[in-house]
Amino acid sequence: MKILVAVKQVAALDEDFAIRDDGRDVDSDFFIRDLNEWDDFSLEEAVKIRESSAEPVEVVVVSVGPDEADESLRKCLAKGADRAIRVWDTCIEYSDSIAIARVLAAVAKREAPNMLFAGVQSSDQSFASTGIAAAALLGWPHAAVVSNLTCTPGANLAVFRRELEGGLLHEVEIQCPAVLTIQLGINTPRYASLRSIKQAAAKPIEVLSLSDLALGAADVGEAGSSSRVRRMYVPDKARAQLIEGDAAQQAARLAQIIHAFKGAAS
Amino acid sequence: MSGILVIGEQRRGELRPVSLELLSAGISLRRAGEEVAVAILSDSPDRFVKPLSLSGVDEIVTVKVGAAEFDPDIFESAVGALITKRNPDVVLVAHSVDSFGYAAALATRLGLGFATDVFSVERVDGELVATRGGYGQKVYVEVDFPGRNTVMLAIRGNVFKPPEQAASPRITIFDTPPVQSRATGREFIEMSAGDDVDMTAAEFILTIGRGIGEEAKVAQFRELADAVGATLGCSRPIADAGWLPKSRQVGQSGKTASTCQLYIAMGVSGAIQHLAGMKHVSTIVAVNSDAEASIFSVAKYGIVGDIFEIAEELRKHF
Ligand SMILES: Cc1cc2nc3c(=O)[nH]c(=O)nc-3n(C[C@H](O)[C@H](O)[C@H](O)COP(=O)(O)OP(=O)(O)OC[C@H]3O[C@@H](n4cnc5c(N)ncnc54)[C@H](O)[C@@H]3O)c2cc1C
Ligand SMILES: Nc1ncnc2c1ncn2[C@@H]1O[C@H](COP(=O)(O)O)[C@@H](O)[C@H]1O
Repeated sequence: MKILVAVKQVAALDEDFAIRDDGRDVDSDFFIRDLNEWDDFSLEEAVKIRESSAEPVEVVVVSVGPDEADESLRKCLAKGADRAIRVWDTCIEYSDSIAIARVLAAVAKREAPNMLFAGVQSSDQSFASTGIAAAALLGWPHAAVVSNLTCTPGANLAVFRRELEGGLLHEVEIQCPAVLTIQLGINTPRYASLRSIKQAAAKPIEVLSLSDLALGAADVGEAGSSSRVRRMYVPDKARAQLIEGDAAQQAARLAQIIHAFKGAAS
Repeated sequence: MSGILVIGEQRRGELRPVSLELLSAGISLRRAGEEVAVAILSDSPDRFVKPLSLSGVDEIVTVKVGAAEFDPDIFESAVGALITKRNPDVVLVAHSVDSFGYAAALATRLGLGFATDVFSVERVDGELVATRGGYGQKVYVEVDFPGRNTVMLAIRGNVFKPPEQAASPRITIFDTPPVQSRATGREFIEMSAGDDVDMTAAEFILTIGRGIGEEAKVAQFRELADAVGATLGCSRPIADAGWLPKSRQVGQSGKTASTCQLYIAMGVSGAIQHLAGMKHVSTIVAVNSDAEASIFSVAKYGIVGDIFEIAEELRKHF
């Protein structure tokens, strides 16, 4: 059995970030990059399936991104992925979730896994749609926000729970191969040991271009996307009234607010 | 080749409130001569006609499908047939767990313009422009859909105010061919409480987020909450890690602070899913070391600072 896990290197913003001159993204100088939190859980889920299985299971991670994404792929290798693939080409820039899904689906066709895991969402763009879009391109059954999974290698059915609003769960049985988007809290992701980090540093990362996947410029980037970013800006949001001073003064004011509330409530 | 199609959402026999919010979003986009239609998919859709009969809605489309509850294959097929038949300008769905399960697949298959988690939408020179957040809501992103005849938008909940006035829209039946789903819904499971506290009834909540850093720090905040007379709540990572029971999690997949009047959030960034459970509270105080954290956009009072220092100082007053 093979499980393909789509992982994204996401960006958080440095404190004093600035928007790029073209006004369409944040200047990447202010990016703090890391593996998407959701993908940590989906990788762990795949590794757990491998560890509890009698038959061999291969866990392959794939990321669509520039060189920097290797860092996140190495993290995945250190946490137990068997192999890592990275796909990049400059025309992939400006891709939305559907264009990225096109690349992931092409990798899935090449790898022919029994399951494709993605995260529910990425913490930077939060499209919450890449995995399910890839399922459409593959023609596979799919389910989103999986918070519990029973998947036996070789079986053609998997049972999982979708986590609905308000904490309600919906148990569903699905035919495999399938695409599942994995939710936070499904497991407890492991930390990589120093030894495995060292070993991961020596493992190869397979790098593919669009042409390796029989895709062209029209499939990705703005041309292959179903939306286009016009403008990114720092909103003029409603702002809290800031409580100034040192910690003692701030806490004193907070204590006042609490006392006033309790006075009014009693 | 025109009109606005809203896909209502129901679960276990109840219309989900977001359905009505979608109606308002749809009505706000209507151009002269255009109609707003709302479709509802169910094995017995008629029961949702009444709650959807609201002013501004021109048509209610009942779509009888072979499943009582959401099913990705059945929904994709039925909504897809409806879009193909009617060619609406705009299709609105909720940015919800059910839509996560099929909307992107449908948009991909039909080549629709597509954007998720949209909280504002307008027409600029005739072109649809949707606004969503980026980088933890620190920036807003305007997107458009060049060359797309039909655009599907997944609309964030708790943004649009539902229409209130009753009306009598036209009712249409849409027949959709039966499809064999590749998934079988079994049962619903209520998350077990695991704790005796009822967050929905708490009037004063002190919530801790990932900012507390480690499990050993929970005790200190539990003691602080007791001392000030607050119910201790948490954001999702704290519950996922097992540091506090799930019943204390506030947010979209946790509890709503329904009767809360004072909410103190410490070390919580303010993800939209957390805000879904508390942004309505009249007095919110946020303590966060990151002055740009989005929790400050819903808080009445903000303290930019270290939660441990503030907690220690605050304790001296009680
Ligand atoms: C379908 C779905 C449902 C979800 N449901 C929920 C839900 O019900 N509830 C929920 O909470 N989340 C939910 N989430 C997760 C949500 O997206 C966020 O991941 C989560 O809310 C983040 O929690 P946090 O703010 O505690 O952590 P983070 O986002 O990591 O924020 C931690 C904050 O602490 C601050 N901080 C760190 N150290 C200090 C310090 N010493 N002093 C002061 N501040 C400090 C940081 O600046 C940061 O802003 C859901 C997600 C999805 C996709
Ligand atoms: N560039 C990418 N490379 C690999 N996987 C991705 C990429 N972008 C998104 N994904 C996958 O899709 C999930 C959801 O991301 P999104 O749809 O952007 O919110 C992520 O958790 C990943 O599993």
